Amino acid sequence: MGDRERRMVFVTVGTTCFDALVKAVDSEQVKEALLQKGYTHLLIQMGRGTYVPSKFTENSTLQVDYFTFSPSIADYIREASLVISHAGSGSIFETLRLSKPLIVVVNEDLMDNHQSELAEELDERKHLFCARPQTLQETILAMDLTALQPYVPGDAKPIVTLINRYLGFPVD
Amino acid sequence: MGFDVSMVACCALPVLVSLLVVRFGYVMYCSGHPPLKLSASAARVRCLIVLGSGGHTAEMMNVVTTLQKDRFTPRYYVAALTDNMSLQKAHDYEQSLVWPEVDKEEAIENAQFVQIYRSREVGQSYITSIATTLLATSHAMWIIIRMRPQVIFCNGPGTCIPLCVSAFLLKVLGFGWSSIFYIESIARVKKLSLSGLLLYKLRIADQFFVQWPQLQKRYPRACYAGRLM
Repeated sequence: MGDRERRMVFVTVGTTCFDALVKAVDSEQVKEALLQKGYTHLLIQMGRGTYVPSKFTENSTLQVDYFTFSPSIADYIREASLVISHAGSGSIFETLRLSKPLIVVVNEDLMDNHQSELAEELDERKHLFCARPQTLQETILAMDLTALQPYVPGDAKPIVTLINRYLGFPVD
Repeated sequence: MGFDVSMVACCALPVLVSLLVVRFGYVMYCSGHPPLKLSASAARVRCLIVLGSGGHTAEMMNVVTTLQKDRFTPRYYVAALTDNMSLQKAHDYEQSLVWPEVDKEEAIENAQFVQIYRSREVGQSYITSIATTLLATSHAMWIIIRMRPQVIFCNGPGTCIPLCVSAFLLKVLGFGWSSIFYIESIARVKKLSLSGLLLYKLRIADQFFVQWPQLQKRYPRACYAGRLM
């Protein structure tokens, strides 16, 4: 193992329960796809889910580990070569700000599924790849990381300027 | 005597109702127009900042950190009773503004932190939610009366509705005037959220921002001025 470069995939579901995603990354097909793409480690933040992934893999070349929560996931994202995340805006923008390749998996079990809007829009703009739990393997195999466009973070200044102008404050 | 009282009531009631209707129309007309009194006299405005939890709070804090601190002061932060993280974030930010030599007392006056009851928790039954909505609304009304904000910043979710509606009602009744700014969450790309839709359609928000140009096309009274995240 020592001669191989460590390339970690970090999976995060935030504070939600998203067993469908944990199950999907725990499947042999997805692990196989990750190995094929040259990743060596898989770290899963499983949140409030009840499905526990297995640390054992058939060929045992992909090192799997998991935990439930962490006060800050920034360090894990920084360490990762690829992030697979739920569609919450917090995780999405945290990953994009750290310029890490990102696959967002939309939770189709949510009642009010407005979250897919953001992931699909950012996918169209080539800032990330949007997938469903059942299409994750295809997305991993088909993804071309060089096609990703860097995300330029937003700026509150234009909005604050308009608010100042509205209130009659001098705009500086 | 009884005759006289009912006579007075008969005359006074329609007058009162029509006064309220005229006042309501006036407030509706003024919504979206800058408050002249404010711009002429005020060098600083009392702000109510509604933190909506999670991603909403992150977006709102990006606005707050960009505001001119000397103008937008004092700042009252409101978050749901069940949300422990948001006020902590706001508190950390306010602490970071305090210079060691500045009087701590004054710093505390410049920022306050309030928790508010939620109208409805996830999974709560509809019958009990009538009672909790009433409780949340009266609590919101009390917060607005006590703080008398001149400016309200909100970006959803539902926590901001009782506060905005209370502020609007107080405007109609003539108790104070507040300009309401709503910034729809960046997660809304194609459709407005329920809170956003209510404040937009009822014209309660004085200025309504969206973070995607395609959403502005659908809601022409909204304003697009870039993204917060």
